[in-house]
Amino acid sequence: MAKYNLKINGKTREVDVDAGTPILWVLRDHLNLVGTKYGCGIAQCGACTIHLNGIAMRSCMLPVSSVGNQEITTIEGLSENADHPVQEAWLEHDVAQCGYCQGGQIMTAAALLKNNPNPSDEDIEATMSGNICRCGTYLRIKEAIKTAAAK
Amino acid sequence: MKTKKKSLDRRSFLKSSALAGGGLMLTFNWFTQAKAAEAMGESLAETWHELTGYIKITPDNVIKILNPNPEFGQNVMTSLPMMVAEELEVDFEKVVVEMGPHDNAKLGPQFTGGSNSVRMYYNILRQAGATARQMLTEAAAQTWGVSADQVIASNGMLTSGNRKATYGEMASKAASMTAPKDVQLKSPSEFKVIRTAQKNVEGKKVVTGKPLFGLDYQAEGMKIAMILHPPAFGMTLKSFDASQALRMPGIKDVFSFKLFDEDFAMAGFDVRTFNEQIAIVGDSTWQVMNARKKIRAEWTERGDARETRMGRGGSQTVTIPGKLESTNYHFDEMEEGRKTAKVQRRDGDPETAFKNAAVVIEKTYNAPFLAHNCMEPMNGFADVREDSAIIAGPHQAPGWIEPTLSKVLGIAPDKIEMISTRMGGGFGRRAYGQYYVEAALISKQAKVPVKLVYSREDDMSYGIYRPMYTATYRAALDENKNLIAFHVSGGGIPESPIHANRFPAGALDNYLAESWEVPSNITIGAFRAPRSNFNAAAEQSFLDEVAEAMGKDPIQMRLDLLKRAKENPVGSNNDYDADRYAGVLELVREKSGWGKPENNGKRRGVAAYFCHNSYAAHVVDMIERDGEPYVEQVTSALDCGIVINPEGAANMVQGAVTDGIGQSFYGTMTFNNGVTDHKNFDTYRMIRHNESPKKIDVHFVENDIAPTGLGEPPFPPVFGAVANALYKTTGKRYYNQPFMNAEQPESI
Ligand code: FES
Ligand code: FES
Repeated sequence: MAKYNLKINGKTREVDVDAGTPILWVLRDHLNLVGTKYGCGIAQCGACTIHLNGIAMRSCMLPVSSVGNQEITTIEGLSENADHPVQEAWLEHDVAQCGYCQGGQIMTAAALLKNNPNPSDEDIEATMSGNICRCGTYLRIKEAIKTAAAK
Repeated sequence: MKTKKKSLDRRSFLKSSALAGGGLMLTFNWFTQAKAAEAMGESLAETWHELTGYIKITPDNVIKILNPNPEFGQNVMTSLPMMVAEELEVDFEKVVVEMGPHDNAKLGPQFTGGSNSVRMYYNILRQAGATARQMLTEAAAQTWGVSADQVIASNGMLTSGNRKATYGEMASKAASMTAPKDVQLKSPSEFKVIRTAQKNVEGKKVVTGKPLFGLDYQAEGMKIAMILHPPAFGMTLKSFDASQALRMPGIKDVFSFKLFDEDFAMAGFDVRTFNEQIAIVGDSTWQVMNARKKIRAEWTERGDARETRMGRGGSQTVTIPGKLESTNYHFDEMEEGRKTAKVQRRDGDPETAFKNAAVVIEKTYNAPFLAHNCMEPMNGFADVREDSAIIAGPHQAPGWIEPTLSKVLGIAPDKIEMISTRMGGGFGRRAYGQYYVEAALISKQAKVPVKLVYSREDDMSYGIYRPMYTATYRAALDENKNLIAFHVSGGGIPESPIHANRFPAGALDNYLAESWEVPSNITIGAFRAPRSNFNAAAEQSFLDEVAEAMGKDPIQMRLDLLKRAKENPVGSNNDYDADRYAGVLELVREKSGWGKPENNGKRRGVAAYFCHNSYAAHVVDMIERDGEPYVEQVTSALDCGIVINPEGAANMVQGAVTDGIGQSFYGTMTFNNGVTDHKNFDTYRMIRHNESPKKIDVHFVENDIAPTGLGEPPFPPVFGAVANALYKTTGKRYYNQPFMNAEQPESI
């Protein structure tokens, strides 16, 4: 066990965990930030997506010891009041079914638009294909990303 | 006394009306006025006045509607309260919606499955809304000294002449009144909320990552638990050494436990896939995951096992084979099983018709086991005390698993509190609650509250899979290419797919349906539109081939058969309504521009199916992209009666279409000596963004039929439409799922 000071959603949080603990479980089990989801644990589904210095990352294979000073943003910290353009577009298109994958989808989409404000269909597909939605909401996700891009 | 009598009348009326609708009905006491509720020992929040079991109103006019049914993405948190709001006469957007407590007595059957949520609550919830509205109206009438018909209830306001009050202002008085015996429900033409597009009421919580799901559940003093189950179906625990695991940081306890006693009579949704397992309990998920790897367990072949099941007409004991099964063995067993086929339905003289046929077409279709793969792996919270328990988590039907928990724990059902969280998917998997039994037994033995967490690997390798199916279809044509006989013989491991009374039964003079089953220790269960999800693939793809041989358009060919089934049906117990079936085919033909010259170059497949009381048809447009078939666009037509929330309904159909494409292209679970070949998404292929269609147009038949359900019906015919589009795209017929798997055996 070791102590880590993590920068999460603009605040510094101290945790005392094993060095190999993935950020996913630090967030969920130690900091009660459960918006970041567990889906596979092997970087295959995207449910656990966070931003590390603004870049989308799978937190399930990201050991706490590798994060250092970098800024972590989780779905809880994406906006103050659900007013990030991606979140707004998600609501406008009524994307969610079960909703379990959507935090990860939104985090991947938000990072995509930050780097590429006007993505083509191919850009969207290439970036989003790491995020599985078992309920099959892909069509609405695509539409929502386009709406968010237009804003 | 008078009050009591009336409420009893009301209850029995509801009981019989709900039964007439075909829903499963448990004890029912849905309407509860505040006084009666208090008498029953319930403590109500001081400021909330409960008007019916489903509706609470504060003096300052906050209106809360409780959703009775578990939410797994079918959006009942929105659609069920809409029904209440409709009759209550409130603005739906101003209403607060909350998940209701598990309480079958007060809130009805409370189960999600069989496309039943909307169907079984349609009358109950509208009556609840109307009852409350009438009580509020009466309260205003009495207060103002006018007759009730001089009071108008609308938008959460009561008015009479120039007198006005909010519902909240009348709530206290209304709550003390006797509920009316009869309430008048609106006719569909008067709907203001139902049939309007409403956004998911939990949308904002979802996009901000609020704790909603079972895995997010927290409680004071809670530990994390995981299980270690045998590595193969047919194996069991021999011995284990946990000394190393117990030395790992954060680990509290490691022990083995038994799910059920040998002679435990299991209920319909109980499973004992692995009856003896090892539990690991610790502080955090990561610690428990790591410690689990350090357990040295020895497993052994279990041998044949006996299983006792309760059923209609008493309990039954069956033998579950102990063999370690492989997929090749499954194919061989299917061939053996075929010899034991039993007739399910015979019309006319099919044998003679086949003998005299000018042409006989015969094709065999295969489909593999499928894992549900809900995005949220199985999990459940349990806090089991000496004589009480709290069980919380994602489950489709808490009322089905509660009696089992009660028996296993020896705690009376009324001492077990069941809490429903939102589910990260269900698809039938969460109708089976063995993860609750496991959590409860672990909590009991470890003497702490635990949240049992399945890893993805646990979830995928310890499944209640969609069975493996096969079916051989034969069609006889006379010299004029008329279809004169139809024969289906289908089997499954371990359950047959055959619905003998479904289309085209009833449309043909000579018809034969046969079925067989092969026992297995691979546990199976409901998977979105059970059995139909295979039948629609096989039969709808076969009919396409038959239409081609007949030289007919595939839609017209089906419509001709349906016309026969309607005008001069064969047999009297045909499951489907030929008019509604034809209706979705006609609608999809129109909306997709089927047969129109501008669509001539398109490679499209069509399929239609009836299941779970509703009707669905799809036209799939396929292209070749980078040498691979790709479904670019889908046009869907549905008849599910009245559509409560067109927005949520369209989303669900689009999801079913996407799911159907993914499962038919890629879905498969195979076995090697009882071990699943896939344990995670690295090898179990799921449809992804780049493989999902660019457009899915959803159209509903408009009618005033009471809702007949929508979660499952759109799913099965996708498989058939995809198979038929594949033929148009590649020139090859696809008989074996998954379609994008070259290694599947060729059909006859
Ligand atoms: S949980 Fe991290 S990618 Fe699936
Ligand atoms: S909404 Fe259910 S997994 Fe995506």
